[in-house]
Amino acid sequence: MTLHLESKVPDGDIETAWSRHRQKIKLVNPANKRKYTVIVVGTGLAGASAAATLSELGYHVKAFSFHDSPRRAHSIAAQGGINAAKNYQNDGDSVYRLFYDTVKGGDFRAREENVYRLAQVSVDIIDHCAAQGVPFAREYGGLLANRSFGGALVSRTFYARGQTGQQLLLGAYQALSKEIARKNVEMHTRKEMLDVVLVDGHAKGIVTRCLRTGKIERFAADAVVLATGGYGNVFYLSTNARASNVTASWRAYKRGAGFANPCFTQIHPTCIPVMGDHQSKLTLMSESLRNDGRVWVPKQKGDFRKAREIPDADRDYYLERIYPTFGNLVPRDVASRAAKRMVDDGHTVVKGGEGVFLDFAEAIQRLGRDTVADRYGNLFEMYERITGDSPFETPMKIYPAVHYTMGGLWVDYNLMTNVPGLYALGECNFSDHGANRLGASALMQGLADGYFVLPYTIGDYLATQKSGAVDTKHTSFDESQDTVQKRIDKMLAIKGKTPPNAIHRKLGKLVWEHCGMGRTKEGLEAGLAKLPALREQFWNDLAIAGSGQELNQTLEQAGRVADFLEFAEVKMTDALTREESCGGHFREEHQHPDGEAKRDDENFCHGAVWEYTGEGNAPIRNQEPLSFRYVKPSTRSYK
Amino acid sequence: MSDSFVIKARVWRQDGPQSQGAFEEHEVTCVPEMSFLEMLDVLNERLVSEGKRAIAFEHDCREGICGSCGAMVNGQPHGPADRTTLCQLHMRSFKQGDVLTIEPWRAEAFPVIRDLVVDRSSFDRIIQAGGYISVRTGAAQDANQIPIGKIIADAAFDAATCIGCGACAAACPNASASLFTSAKLFHLNSVPQGEVERGQRTLAMVEQMDAEGFGHCTNHGECEAACPKGITINHIAAMNRDLIRATATGR
Ligand SMILES: Cc1cc2nc3c(=O)[nH]c(=O)nc-3n(C[C@H](O)[C@H](O)[C@H](O)COP(=O)(O)OP(=O)(O)OC[C@H]3O[C@@H](n4cnc5c(N)ncnc54)[C@H](O)[C@@H]3O)c2cc1C
Ligand code: FES
Repeated sequence: MTLHLESKVPDGDIETAWSRHRQKIKLVNPANKRKYTVIVVGTGLAGASAAATLSELGYHVKAFSFHDSPRRAHSIAAQGGINAAKNYQNDGDSVYRLFYDTVKGGDFRAREENVYRLAQVSVDIIDHCAAQGVPFAREYGGLLANRSFGGALVSRTFYARGQTGQQLLLGAYQALSKEIARKNVEMHTRKEMLDVVLVDGHAKGIVTRCLRTGKIERFAADAVVLATGGYGNVFYLSTNARASNVTASWRAYKRGAGFANPCFTQIHPTCIPVMGDHQSKLTLMSESLRNDGRVWVPKQKGDFRKAREIPDADRDYYLERIYPTFGNLVPRDVASRAAKRMVDDGHTVVKGGEGVFLDFAEAIQRLGRDTVADRYGNLFEMYERITGDSPFETPMKIYPAVHYTMGGLWVDYNLMTNVPGLYALGECNFSDHGANRLGASALMQGLADGYFVLPYTIGDYLATQKSGAVDTKHTSFDESQDTVQKRIDKMLAIKGKTPPNAIHRKLGKLVWEHCGMGRTKEGLEAGLAKLPALREQFWNDLAIAGSGQELNQTLEQAGRVADFLEFAEVKMTDALTREESCGGHFREEHQHPDGEAKRDDENFCHGAVWEYTGEGNAPIRNQEPLSFRYVKPSTRSYK
Repeated sequence: MSDSFVIKARVWRQDGPQSQGAFEEHEVTCVPEMSFLEMLDVLNERLVSEGKRAIAFEHDCREGICGSCGAMVNGQPHGPADRTTLCQLHMRSFKQGDVLTIEPWRAEAFPVIRDLVVDRSSFDRIIQAGGYISVRTGAAQDANQIPIGKIIADAAFDAATCIGCGACAAACPNASASLFTSAKLFHLNSVPQGEVERGQRTLAMVEQMDAEGFGHCTNHGECEAACPKGITINHIAAMNRDLIRATATGR
């Protein structure tokens, strides 16, 4: 263990921990705030909310996004909703219950104090967003409506039809726009951060590439905040937006920030299956469909008759058979693994591919077509637009897909990484979801981090720093810019035959096969053994047309794929060394006789934090031990 | 695959804002389940492996929600399918031998950056002019203190679903941004939280829209037809009413 991992969680009573902590942390004198510059990289939910709030508080903010506008980010695609312990339904919800559900849902691999704070500030998020004009769903009486979501027995999810992420992001974008208009936030769109600059061990700036002109630029600040999203696209195919990538976190890792639990990824059971090699992304079909749809596969392997021509006797409703109590409504990870097992056994319903049926025939008969249309009409439409098939006429074909990443940069209670002055928010940190995230909790976490946590905790660090002490003339910027430039030149000089997309696709297949839903020691070792050849192909045969001094999307992708190729190694090594099953990490060797995940609290009740040790050297696995004072670790069962 | 077919893509290529552009033709083998952007991916992978520059086009979510994608296909913004963004358009809408003319949005306020990529930052500046409610983080009261009738809330939501793709301005013979601007105005002006800044917001956003070089609305209705989210042109009438009121009363 060489990283200094001090969680900084307040001692004592968890209910008052956050307020006591806030009273204790240092404050920056209001008159001095404008002299401090904070760089915020990423303007998704977490970054936009942080940038807007920091600016409101008086700090000078420089915000960056590789998108053409802060109105766009992966966050915009979130559908279902955002949790908050408002208890508007009077169904017994409370901060404690949301805290409890989140810790348990995360399979006891998150810090209790962080999760408790998240549950506490969840209520402020809804108030703030409503005041911003976010058009949440309402009841006829004009009050806010709620729906229920997986992993909870109360109705605490706020939503804006199927577009909650869009409306929340636009709310944050508008708040940010207000601050841009005040000239307090300097917004840099189409600029990709390619390195964090450290001065005397502190994060004091970044190096970016302008995606429009190719210009490499330096920016200095008193602190750097990363809110750059998750790494799900290491699998190539996922429900993430195409541009989502690990580069910002990865470059921070290479500058010394610890990367925690990279093996924790969430697989969503109901996505539209892969239809061919041209496939570029996977589309999520809401989990709610499993309320009325029945999942089945043909009993006979290789039976590709039309679904409606397969008689009931020849069908295997395997979820109902294996899990009689929960049936089609088992949790995400259980449903995903069961589908994989059926398909691995040869019962796929997609010729030459992978998929199972989700059938609404019985529901249509029972409820009538109109009721089904009322409940799921828009989803059926979306499905038909993509596949050309109507779920009214034939069952949906679905298969699990990568959806969310719980791992990320290690942060303390203040959301600071182990690098002083470097912060991580939203999906790019590892903080609150442990080994598995509950539905509607990512939006909550991103906005909690950005609106209500970081803007206060960052003062504790800034108050110890002389404002504007570093400028971009410092030699650390030379070194950083040089590293960035050399890497770009190296990629451009290869002039091979393989486009980065082709290598990315191969990498994705490899990671999915060896480090996907079910993982084994042999599989992971075999996967790790295949990685060097792929990296070699990249660095010897990469094709990029055009130059570095222009908009060049092939070059952009190449840089991201290069980082994914390195990241995949740490991810798979993490999966290999975590000799237990928990949440989204399922090691076939570690399961109960009934096929459920078998945690090993004695040996793995910790965050695994990976430390970079230089090119070609094996990274070091550090640990942050976890202790549970409030929610006692227990085993889940859904039979 | 047995049901594959070949189309001819006539794609606009342009190196930069000042350069002369031209069409370039390529044959692409497609399958019906491919999305339009995946057709471009396939073409691009081929181009790059042959050492030629990929066609630049913008995209991200590929689910019809982020508003990144967009191009004219045979003269129609986002192509022939109704209420569908380019990323959600699938090749089953086309057949063997079809010629697809693919061009960037054409509007003075959307200068071409490269190929199909245009600069839509004018939209951001319209929002910066007033497309928000001035509330500071931490200053809000309990959300249920201000009830909003479901009908009003739903109508505000419908306006707020705009994805900022720019198809409306690209479709308009005058390249007007009225649909975009009025949708945001309708959203914010119709909820009680937005009432205080209503007049000021309307004046400022309309002024910015004009300053960006967007044309005036002369009621062609092309914008509504092109909008992948079905945003209604009625918002433009509401905007004009608010504008008259604000000009007269200063609020
Ligand atoms: C289909 C789908 C549905 C979902 N539904 C829900 C839901 O219903 N409820 C829920 O709670 N969660 C949901 N999630 C999860 C949730 O949407 C995300 O976890 C969350 O939005 C992530 O927000 P973020 O701000 O951390 O990152 P992002 O939204 O990914 O933002 C990242 C930002 O960083 C920028 N960036 C990244 N790298 C760089 C760089 N190197 N340089 C410059 N800028 C950079 C990007 O431009 C962008 O602005 C869903 C996810 C998916 C895929
Ligand atoms: S890529 Fe997001 S709307 Fe088309």
